[in-house]
Amino acid sequence: MPIDLPTIWAGIIAFAVLAYVILDGFDLGVGILFPFFPDKHDRNVMTNSIAPVWDGNETWLVLGGGGLMAVFPVVYATVLPALYMPIILMLLGLIFRGVAFEFRHRTTRGSSWWDGGFWLGSTIAAFTQGIAVGALVQGINIANRSYAGAWWDWLTPFTVLTGAAVVVGYALLGATWLNLKTSGALQAKSRRLAMFAGFGTLALIGVVSLWSPFIREIYFERWFGWPTAFFSSFVPVMLAGCAVLLWHGLTTDKHLQPFLAALGLFVLCFIGLGISFYPYIVPGALTIAEAAAPESSLSFLLVGAAVLVPVILAYTGYAYWVFRGKIDPEEGYH
Amino acid sequence: MTFGLTAEILARIQFAFTVSFHFIFPAFSIGTASFLAVLNALWLWKRDPAYLKLFEYWKTIFAVTFGMGVVSGIVMSYQFGTNWSVFSDKAGAVIGPLMGYEVLTAFFLEAGFLGIALFGRKRVGDGLHMFAVAMVAIGTIISATWITSANSWMQTPAGYGIDANGIFYPEDWWAIVFNPSFPYRLTHTVLAAFLTTAFAVGAVGAWHLLRDSSNRQARIMFSMAMWMAAIVTPIQIFAGDAHGLNTLEYQPAKVAAMEGHYESHPDGAPLILFGIPDDKNQTMHYSVEIPKLSSLILKHDLNAPLQGLDAFPPEDRPPAMIPFFTFRIMVGIGFAMLGMGLWSLWARYRKTLYTNKWLLRAALPMGGSGFVAVLAGWYTTEVGRQPFTVYGVLRTADSLSPVDAPAVGASLLAFIIVYFVVFGAGVFYLFRLFRRPPLEIEDHELDKGPTRAAGVVPGLAQEETLGGPNAH
Repeated sequence: MPIDLPTIWAGIIAFAVLAYVILDGFDLGVGILFPFFPDKHDRNVMTNSIAPVWDGNETWLVLGGGGLMAVFPVVYATVLPALYMPIILMLLGLIFRGVAFEFRHRTTRGSSWWDGGFWLGSTIAAFTQGIAVGALVQGINIANRSYAGAWWDWLTPFTVLTGAAVVVGYALLGATWLNLKTSGALQAKSRRLAMFAGFGTLALIGVVSLWSPFIREIYFERWFGWPTAFFSSFVPVMLAGCAVLLWHGLTTDKHLQPFLAALGLFVLCFIGLGISFYPYIVPGALTIAEAAAPESSLSFLLVGAAVLVPVILAYTGYAYWVFRGKIDPEEGYH
Repeated sequence: MTFGLTAEILARIQFAFTVSFHFIFPAFSIGTASFLAVLNALWLWKRDPAYLKLFEYWKTIFAVTFGMGVVSGIVMSYQFGTNWSVFSDKAGAVIGPLMGYEVLTAFFLEAGFLGIALFGRKRVGDGLHMFAVAMVAIGTIISATWITSANSWMQTPAGYGIDANGIFYPEDWWAIVFNPSFPYRLTHTVLAAFLTTAFAVGAVGAWHLLRDSSNRQARIMFSMAMWMAAIVTPIQIFAGDAHGLNTLEYQPAKVAAMEGHYESHPDGAPLILFGIPDDKNQTMHYSVEIPKLSSLILKHDLNAPLQGLDAFPPEDRPPAMIPFFTFRIMVGIGFAMLGMGLWSLWARYRKTLYTNKWLLRAALPMGGSGFVAVLAGWYTTEVGRQPFTVYGVLRTADSLSPVDAPAVGASLLAFIIVYFVVFGAGVFYLFRLFRRPPLEIEDHELDKGPTRAAGVVPGLAQEETLGGPNAH
């Protein structure tokens, strides 16, 4: 595995996408769970738990997109047209979700309307992100540096399944986050929901994992061929470990453990995708090396990323630290 | 759902629509973030609760505006790929890193400290809270710097090469970032954002002063806004003039379109005050002009020759219709702002700044003037760049994604509906927030000292400030 600039950048973009998925994952998950918490006060506590951090979480999505344009322009220029409709729907979903934080406090009559938008926006964003992942796995038709497929290629039973998997997975992240940040009846309900979402997530991970090796030969080779299967097998083993920790944490009233175990599930699935994809960045169509921008672009931005990403992680961590602990249910907004 | 239009026109309308909506939020939040930093610093320095109350008052407005700016901005960062994929593929290696730096140096900074600035004063204490507020303000300006650099590179590209496949590659990053129009555009844009905020703040202050001219917070708001109007507007007019001269040097066809000069004038060009441009026949109808004045303004010489659109091949000419009118709207508003600034100085000298009803009434419609001017200026420069995305090098028609017109039409319709519903509601809520009176402070409350004062008035304790009557 050569360590060169394109590979380093593929790692950074992968890190940004992973950071986005687990961070915005839990706050989108809180939105997905809104219908289970009809009480206005519960909903205020739920949004208060993510209000100080959601904007930072979503910035990783902009880094993933903007970074892709800078260092793998041809990927940006082919994958986005291929996913035209899901991407537009995701953006519209994120709009409803993002403005609802402020808007739901600005009105009494329209409040439930924005709550509905918060739920629907979060759910659509999660579902379309899952579709995007599924569409990448099943492959994108690229010819002459340009998307050559049809407008509905992204819609297949497989992508609907991955879409559903991400919705349920985000709901699990959201439920375990609420289990961590809230107390009393709200926490107890979150814990129960986390159990259901946990079962659902594991079942869907199972189906997707068994299905995808049959989509492309290279995936099958990575997971069932020798000797790669020896190295790949640690993923399902650790997934089982995370599932046990999740179940144990939820049944023994641990607050942090279920959230970390749920994060672990996402990280492992992400590593699994990496194992299937490498050395491709768009499976079957573009490798990391051939999709990379000129070296001058990669090194120019890498100087900044090498210095700034650790700084960003430091102050983002600080912001989480400032707002640590349980949400005070009596505290208002702002 | 093509409305009889081509994919290219639909994609251009979609970009213009989404970027116009997006632009008005940062244009306001850049200035508001700095305003908040100044208010918070004044509160910490003077311990005058009026500043704290103003901070809390504008903080809510900032939060609503910033949220809308964030979500409409994410759309922009993906629209290059969905609708303009050929542009992204060809220019991504040059323009992408500039946007990458914007995310790394600005977006994370703003987002990371926004939570602490909005919700964290009690948790982190005054000093760190001030730091967080300052980081948000600095973040907005860093963001403006990078995105203006990227936009300027599209207007006046430099420091690049083009390979055999027509892909741009970087040669000199210094030349790319500091391309010829960047310093002028950055200055003009950031000053515009400050003026936009100043006139919005001034209008809110004026509205409350017209109801109660003794309202202390309203007085402070209005006074600060009018100082900005009086001091920054002349600087902005000067910066705009310099920007125009820079455009004449690098994009003469754009200036010809702005001036409405279809024909070249070898010995002194007239300033067309008004007219109806006719792009089809390349002629100006009903023009009202002052002889030689355009040459005087642009070349500082009455008889200097000036190129018209006829000096450029027909396929390289920008349309004059939009830049001609939007430029006049922007300049007209600029001079109205200057007039407000001078009037306020006179009223201040006469000690009638807070009581002169006509001045206060005039400040109300001026509240939206900055937004109109910013958009008008933006249209002038962007339409004037046509028919290119990267000026002189990559044509707009060659930048488009291989998208079908119905897909672009359908998404355009979706954006229009969602934006009008969501941002329409947002603007409505903003007006509701403007209508809240900034709370009165009685003299005796000041004696109780800063720690008490912040919580004296019901509804003003930290966690309650946002809402007032409308909150929950």
